[in-house]
Amino acid sequence: MEQISKANQEALQRMLRADPVLVDVVPAAQAIPALGKNMILHAGPPIEWPRMCGPMQGAICGIAVFENWAPDLQTAEKMAAGGEFDFQPNHHFGAVGPMTGLTTLSQPVMVVENRAFGNRAYCTINEGLGKVMRFGGNDAEVLARLGWLRSTLGPAMGRALRELGGIPLKALAARGLTMGDEMHQRNVGCSGLTLRALAGALARTSDDREALAEALDFIGGNDQFFLNIAMAMGKAIMDPVRDIEYATVVTAMSRNGTDFGIRVSGTGDDWFVAPVEMPEGLYFPGFTAADANPDMGDSTIVETIGLGGFAMGASPAVAGFVGAGAASTAADFTRNMAEITIGENPEWTIPGMDYRGVPSGIDIRLVVKTGIAPTINTGIAHKEPGIGQVGAGVVRAPMACFESALVAFAERVGVA
Amino acid sequence: MSNDKDQDVHLPQPPLRVINLGLERFSDDLDAQRVEVVQVDWSPPAGGNPRLAALLEKLGV
Amino acid sequence: MTGARATGVRRGFYLDSVALMRLSRSVSGITGVIEAALMMGTPSNIRVMTDAGLLDETFSEANGGDLVIAITANDRQAADYALHQANLLLDKPIETGATLGTWRPRTIESAHRALPGANLALVSVAGDYAAAEARKALRLGLHVMIFSDNVAVEEEADLKRQARGLGLLVMGPDCGTSIINGTPLAFANNVPRGRTGLIGASGTGIQEVACLIARGGGGISQAIGVGGRDLSAAVGAITTLMALDALDRDTDTEHVIIISKPPAPDVATLVIERVAASPKNFTLCFIGADGFELPANATFANTLKAAAESAFDGRRLDLDTDPMTPVLSRPMVDRHIQGLFSGGTLCAEAQVVLLAAGEAVASNVPVAGASAVGVYGSGHTLLDFGNDEYTRGRPHPMIDPEVRNRAVVAAIDDPSTGVILLDVVLGYGASENPAGHLHNLIGLRRKAASPAIIASVTGTDDDPQHRSSQVEILQSANITVAPSNADAAALALCCIRGTC
Repeated sequence: MEQISKANQEALQRMLRADPVLVDVVPAAQAIPALGKNMILHAGPPIEWPRMCGPMQGAICGIAVFENWAPDLQTAEKMAAGGEFDFQPNHHFGAVGPMTGLTTLSQPVMVVENRAFGNRAYCTINEGLGKVMRFGGNDAEVLARLGWLRSTLGPAMGRALRELGGIPLKALAARGLTMGDEMHQRNVGCSGLTLRALAGALARTSDDREALAEALDFIGGNDQFFLNIAMAMGKAIMDPVRDIEYATVVTAMSRNGTDFGIRVSGTGDDWFVAPVEMPEGLYFPGFTAADANPDMGDSTIVETIGLGGFAMGASPAVAGFVGAGAASTAADFTRNMAEITIGENPEWTIPGMDYRGVPSGIDIRLVVKTGIAPTINTGIAHKEPGIGQVGAGVVRAPMACFESALVAFAERVGVA
Repeated sequence: MSNDKDQDVHLPQPPLRVINLGLERFSDDLDAQRVEVVQVDWSPPAGGNPRLAALLEKLGV
Repeated sequence: MTGARATGVRRGFYLDSVALMRLSRSVSGITGVIEAALMMGTPSNIRVMTDAGLLDETFSEANGGDLVIAITANDRQAADYALHQANLLLDKPIETGATLGTWRPRTIESAHRALPGANLALVSVAGDYAAAEARKALRLGLHVMIFSDNVAVEEEADLKRQARGLGLLVMGPDCGTSIINGTPLAFANNVPRGRTGLIGASGTGIQEVACLIARGGGGISQAIGVGGRDLSAAVGAITTLMALDALDRDTDTEHVIIISKPPAPDVATLVIERVAASPKNFTLCFIGADGFELPANATFANTLKAAAESAFDGRRLDLDTDPMTPVLSRPMVDRHIQGLFSGGTLCAEAQVVLLAAGEAVASNVPVAGASAVGVYGSGHTLLDFGNDEYTRGRPHPMIDPEVRNRAVVAAIDDPSTGVILLDVVLGYGASENPAGHLHNLIGLRRKAASPAIIASVTGTDDDPQHRSSQVEILQSANITVAPSNADAAALALCCIRGTC
């Protein structure tokens, strides 16, 4: 149908016109006025307490204590089970979060503004590796770190960003691609570039040498620091692509550790969900697939904009996590994703593939037709709360999401 | 009967460049003759599900 | 801890973390190993390995630039062995991926992106899907050859109407043979370029005519397969008419041969009118038809051999002399001819030759004047093993000769059979050594009273199988090789009658 082609082209054009800029860090309630007491935004499509996985529940108990809604973890758990918290997807409030992805009113969130359309998207600051809340950690160490982010690093980053007038992200990500990043599993290049961009401004807007040193150490010591920025960038890019009548382009992909959900431009705010799949990958010493938590996080917004698994051709090392692991197969992953997308992004190119642009604009029709589901590069969390990442690999979006989306879309446009 | 709007038919301009969907031996044979050929790793649309395949056709793919 | 630990350090040996994880997994898989890790000796990695019980708390022999190997196993022997293996793996050079250049597009659209100058799609997927793929090919501006059969005739007509609007050829469905710009496609032979163009609703028909012309010293400009139903009323000769347009424009083509079983009468008229309007010369080879009212620039041939001869202005074909074994010391009077064919048109041509000589003929694909198989008193039996009833769930006999060859064996043992008539088709797509198969099959089976076996070999010496060699192999099995399929049928008749 021609209307569908035209609508999809409009969707792609909006993606390519985006101009995402990291402009600020502010308390979540300032960015999202609706955020109030006992309201907890989480990763993935809507879900209620009984169906949540271990790390998600652990994180919720922790954040409730952090926000002083509960005196301790046990009380928090009772409150959660008793329905006293309002659980909402990040996506419904212009936000995204990695893994458990909890966003609550006092946490600092990074703000990415899409200057081409004026919309904004938000994501918390990456806590680092190991025992952190995004993996379900909720002990004193975890909460103390969150407190430090709130009191010190968040405001410091905010001052620095405002002084700079923001950091444009599209060009930064393009450089990352030339450095072996794909912005989901591999962010070390972009994280370094971000630190370079921020360092001077952090210094100029700081009056405490020790705090400055802590901030520089924290950002500099986290290879995955840029992940959360990439995610907010993804949300900022995709939100203006929502609600184009007749468009079959995917505007969001997300998981809550139980369900995988997608949203499609032409079907409004509907979520199409199916059980998450188990990743295929490699495990750190001491861990096996038996320890793995099901797939979780809003980070699949990165694949939605053509990075992550879609840009694997830029990041051959990541291909080592899958199958026979030959780095030369990395480009094949990108080529396969080109089978299910409507175009390429000419500003995000992969040098090793003759500078072809990353495949952009996932078309649910092509996914169902070819049977090729989006390939996602993901970290693997331990299923017990608070232990951390136990491996990394590749997971596929469930085909059932795209099939049900297709049927719903067809109904909407009057095709039986 | 052809009508005025039909385009003139011309044989393909040499060299022949072939896309092969199906039996691999056809592309192997063309390869052996040094003809440029791409073999498609083809599978039925929608994994062979007729209902979805019909829907896809109506939706333009 | 129970069991044993083995630890190793490789100084200044760097591998990236993913490569190390893969090695760890390999070593962990060794019998007797509980767990293994290979990591660079940074403090945090040391901590990880210590926490996992792989290193002793006191381990301090490595720093960040060194590679640590840590193994726990059921016993000392297993631990030491695994450590040894780990070191071997580290010393082995990294395999280069054998996966370069093996990516294949999954759809015709992405294939087109990979080969933007593509001008022809060759479709041989299951019939249910062939029309849809052909439509996509047309949308991409490609000519299409559809080898697949089991496509609904309404779909075929629809597709061809669409193609006509676009000026693109749909060759097929059920098109086994084309030669475009000198390139054999699907089941086709290597023949020289020349002045004769072929338009054929039959694959083996095109093959036989092309090969006879080649062996007679001529050549083929283009051979356009149109599919078995193009000349039916439902399709109305769309591709045939377009092929005529294309060949009219082709400066290499001076003479055109149209090969088909007899078309529906209205369709024949359409084609003949179009032929009359062309400046070129034509031969209409409608096998088994009586004559037609023809314009001045056209002649009629009702066998493939006659059609081939028309390319040389009607003179007899000067084929390479096949050393024919003397026609049979014992005629097989009162016995039957059993024709066992892999090519439908070759079967039809043989029927025409026998019927023209006044014989009674039965076939599973009877031409006008022949009976269907099973009718009593129907004389000689000529079977096309490429027809549907033999190919359900089985490859075509030209790809896999087993079914036809089994029938050959049965015929040898059948006392009522006087002559077995065979076609042997060479070229691309055909099996590597059809003559060899037959040779081995027949082998020692034949006895004094066994039927004679007469074959023709459709092919050229430029074919992969090399026609002359195939002929020799057949002759060494006491199979008489006639110069053409029509000649083979005529020779079989001589044998049955005891005279030529």
